[in-house]
Amino acid sequence: MSLATTQSIAEIRARNKELIEEVLKVYPEKTAKRRAKHLNVHQAGKSDCGVKSNIKSIPGVMTIRGCAYAGSKGVVWGPIKDMVHISHGPVGCGQYSWGSRRNYYVGTTGIDSFVTLQFTSDFQEKDIVFGGDKKLVKILDEIQELFPLNNGITIQSECPIGLIGDDIEAVSRAKSKEYGGKTIVPVRCEGFRGVSQSLGHHIANDAVRDWIFDQLESDGKSKFEPTPYDVAIIGDYNIGGDAWSSRILLEEMGLRVIAQWSGDGSLAELEATPKAKLNILHCYRSMNYISRHMEEKFGIPWCEYNFFGPSKIAESLRKIAGYFDDKIKEGAERVIEKYQPLVSAVIAKYRPRLEGKTVMLYVGGLRPRHVIGAYEDLGMEVIGTGYEFGHNDDYQRTAQHYVKDSTLIYDDVNGYEFERFVEKLQPDLVGSGIKEKYVFQKMGVPFRQMHSWDYSGPYHGYDGFAIFARDMDMAINSPVWKKTKAPWKEASRAKLLAAE
Amino acid sequence: MAQSAEHVLDHLELFRGPEYQEMLAKKKIFENPRDPAEVERIKEWTKTAEYREKNFAREALAVNPAKACQPLGAVFASVGFEGTLPFVHGSQGCVAYYRSHLSRHFKEPSSCVSSSMTEDAAVFGGLNNMTDGLANSYNMYKPKMIAVSTTCMAEVIGDDLNAFIKTSKEKGSVPADFDVPFAHTPAFVGSHVTGYDNALKGILEHFWDGKAGTAPKLERKQNGAINIIGGFDGYTVGNLREIKRILALMGIQHTILADNSEVFDTPTDGEFRMYDGGTTLEDAANAVHAKATISMQQWCTEKTLPFVADHGQDIVSFNYPVGLSATDDFIVALSRISGKEIPEQLARERGRLVDAIADSSAHIHGKKFAIYGDPDLCYGLAAFLLELGAEPTHVLSTNGSKAWHEKMQMLLASSPFGQGCQAYPGRDLWHMRSLLFTEPVDFLIGNTYGKYLERDTGTPLIRIGFPIFDRHHHHRSPLWGYQGGLNVLVKILDKVFDEMDKKTNVLGETDYSFDIIR
Repeated sequence: MSLATTQSIAEIRARNKELIEEVLKVYPEKTAKRRAKHLNVHQAGKSDCGVKSNIKSIPGVMTIRGCAYAGSKGVVWGPIKDMVHISHGPVGCGQYSWGSRRNYYVGTTGIDSFVTLQFTSDFQEKDIVFGGDKKLVKILDEIQELFPLNNGITIQSECPIGLIGDDIEAVSRAKSKEYGGKTIVPVRCEGFRGVSQSLGHHIANDAVRDWIFDQLESDGKSKFEPTPYDVAIIGDYNIGGDAWSSRILLEEMGLRVIAQWSGDGSLAELEATPKAKLNILHCYRSMNYISRHMEEKFGIPWCEYNFFGPSKIAESLRKIAGYFDDKIKEGAERVIEKYQPLVSAVIAKYRPRLEGKTVMLYVGGLRPRHVIGAYEDLGMEVIGTGYEFGHNDDYQRTAQHYVKDSTLIYDDVNGYEFERFVEKLQPDLVGSGIKEKYVFQKMGVPFRQMHSWDYSGPYHGYDGFAIFARDMDMAINSPVWKKTKAPWKEASRAKLLAAE
Repeated sequence: MAQSAEHVLDHLELFRGPEYQEMLAKKKIFENPRDPAEVERIKEWTKTAEYREKNFAREALAVNPAKACQPLGAVFASVGFEGTLPFVHGSQGCVAYYRSHLSRHFKEPSSCVSSSMTEDAAVFGGLNNMTDGLANSYNMYKPKMIAVSTTCMAEVIGDDLNAFIKTSKEKGSVPADFDVPFAHTPAFVGSHVTGYDNALKGILEHFWDGKAGTAPKLERKQNGAINIIGGFDGYTVGNLREIKRILALMGIQHTILADNSEVFDTPTDGEFRMYDGGTTLEDAANAVHAKATISMQQWCTEKTLPFVADHGQDIVSFNYPVGLSATDDFIVALSRISGKEIPEQLARERGRLVDAIADSSAHIHGKKFAIYGDPDLCYGLAAFLLELGAEPTHVLSTNGSKAWHEKMQMLLASSPFGQGCQAYPGRDLWHMRSLLFTEPVDFLIGNTYGKYLERDTGTPLIRIGFPIFDRHHHHRSPLWGYQGGLNVLVKILDKVFDEMDKKTNVLGETDYSFDIIR
């Protein structure tokens, strides 16, 4: 299907440039100028991808982005399982984000765990007019009474909170005092703040700093003895169990994981993290802020890693081990060796079916770059990628470590652009989100959701790679894609061609 | 290591293995977990009457509400018009949520744009966002109409849609005569059914009442046609197609207003249809001349129907008609209004539904049900259950009003099977959890979120409602018409029989009742 393999780099570059020009023609002049800065063809050797990023989306274009609330409640805070997260404001935000991110956890839901419950203050007109603080006070009391085993509460602000002048910080302080120092965290993640989910991640990170770390008593609350091998997994949301299939590798190499941020995480784990010897950071975008803070305040080094696909996993295991002694370094080698037969078998089975297939990605967080290695391990090629809410440091990492020369880059792509790009480049697979899935499948293009793993997963770690390979194969090689044209319509087209 | 290339294990099985179980057990010490005995004690306490009382005394907190916010309904209604792009003025994250929500239910694309307002717009208002946004949408997506609604952000700061659209047109965002109907849809008032109502009224007002002062109001010249309004409905694809089939059978000239049955069910044939089907703009305008308008869902059209009546039409409303009597009423009303005879074909379809009920009602008779969902859906399903001799013991609608409550209680009081049954307006699924523990029923009817109640209380869930995320394609089958009634009956029966089999399948213990004929 793909055209890419038969063309030279120069040809591809020219084609991609032309494609960008063509797409920009649809816009009013002002918009074309603005969008032009977000689209580029990557040039090998450059330090970034040559696109502007983390800039306001343009009205009316059908951006795929979400908001700060989605970044805080949906991504960072929501997975902390033993705390109650209140979607503070009208009912919708909490409703639409209820249970949809697949942050797996183990717990007794509704009793000591609350991830898949939808707590909301369900604002009515009177709350907007008279303010919602009184209601919030009552809500905190009601949570304490009906969910007595919660270990803390966060208040996730929706748009109106910041507009009507509520003082959720004052309410939080007063109620925390009343409940004997209970952790109550106000988060100012109103959806209109910033340009995407990204600011919500930052605000959520800052809330951990201010309302958890800064409140820690010097002796801490954790009940375990530190060891020299304690690490924290930062920026893994345990989607479909990703953090678990990562944790198992770290423990097998001799490390001890004392906290997961934030998939299957708990308040105690957040509080104990300052005891870690190393913070290992998967989703740089959403949790670099707190990692940097812990480095400055507690002197904990952090290192980025990538657990997608065997090449990157091995590289990452060695990188992490590099922070520790020979025992751990040997542990890393042992783990790599242990899983080699699985890796070889997966590649032997799936690579022949996927070799040379092309992929276009458009995702958030770390995935527009992090999954490229996994595709390449299967012999596939990523010919276009872009970030929903990346910053320039994401595009730098992408350019320096991941994408090939002449890859099409699209930042904050919108429905129109993405359709045109896919239509022209005809990839064998598109990896993006639920809003894109059915658009491309209608066009006859195989698709995998790369936010939710299309209800599969985990994709992290060696166990996850086997699932990843299976899923990409079943998407691309599903017999249904050969059946999208009615036979009588295909026949008539063939006849027409023959007659020409 | 359990994983293998030969037999790939995913999350369903992978974590059950000893390696992962051991790992998860060891993780516990870092979680500072509660004492398991205490967890057990609280778990049992939440099942008690005492807990129920405290739970029902809640005044401020909502837990697992069964409703969404207004703009979702506005988007749903807007895409029911030909070539129409919904444009939601306010924060952009909301639109990402509506699109995801609709796509997860219908397994279809859902197109909608936002004016992407941020902090500066919160301070200065969103006029520039509207002006730029309309121009971009118009150029990129070539719509025939852009239907504007609002998020709560725009409502809190008080943006004036009428003025903004007028100004945008003056600035050339879209041609002066391009249709841009609008509706204010604050999320802190009502629910998604209110948003449906407001958006539909906004569109009709636009076409009928002079396009925001830019055209003469339409003068009504009554014809014999009937307008049909489906309301917010997860089964819109199946239901509207069934209604159209019935209207065609009866030979009734009609317009379906907000007909989104095509756009939420487009084929996979190599082409993405951003717009498909829908009420044509011409038909939307001409709908003013109809003899009458029928709303299939009263509480989805509380403002639209009076607006239509004010234009001189007869109005009739139903409450999500499901089953025999409700469908009878609907068909008879169609005949009465149109003067058309009811064809024999429909009598035969009716007879088949009666036949099916007679064949199977012994398995449903006397069974207790809990139902939750949108107000009309709850009413329609409860009425059908009463007709089947079942008892709709708990009927809960988070977005049900006082008026809904009264009407529901009247319905329950009207049947011997409704005695002792209760309607609960404004309550949520955490209330329902208490009801199911303290006054158990045989079956629960609700949307996907009901699976949490099924897990906690053991009440088998029959999935009817919106959203249904975890079962596929049911929205394509109607619940309306006699055929739809049959579909609902079969859904219920399948669950009844599955449960019977589950309770009788223990070898050598209970399997004497594991009958092959039921």
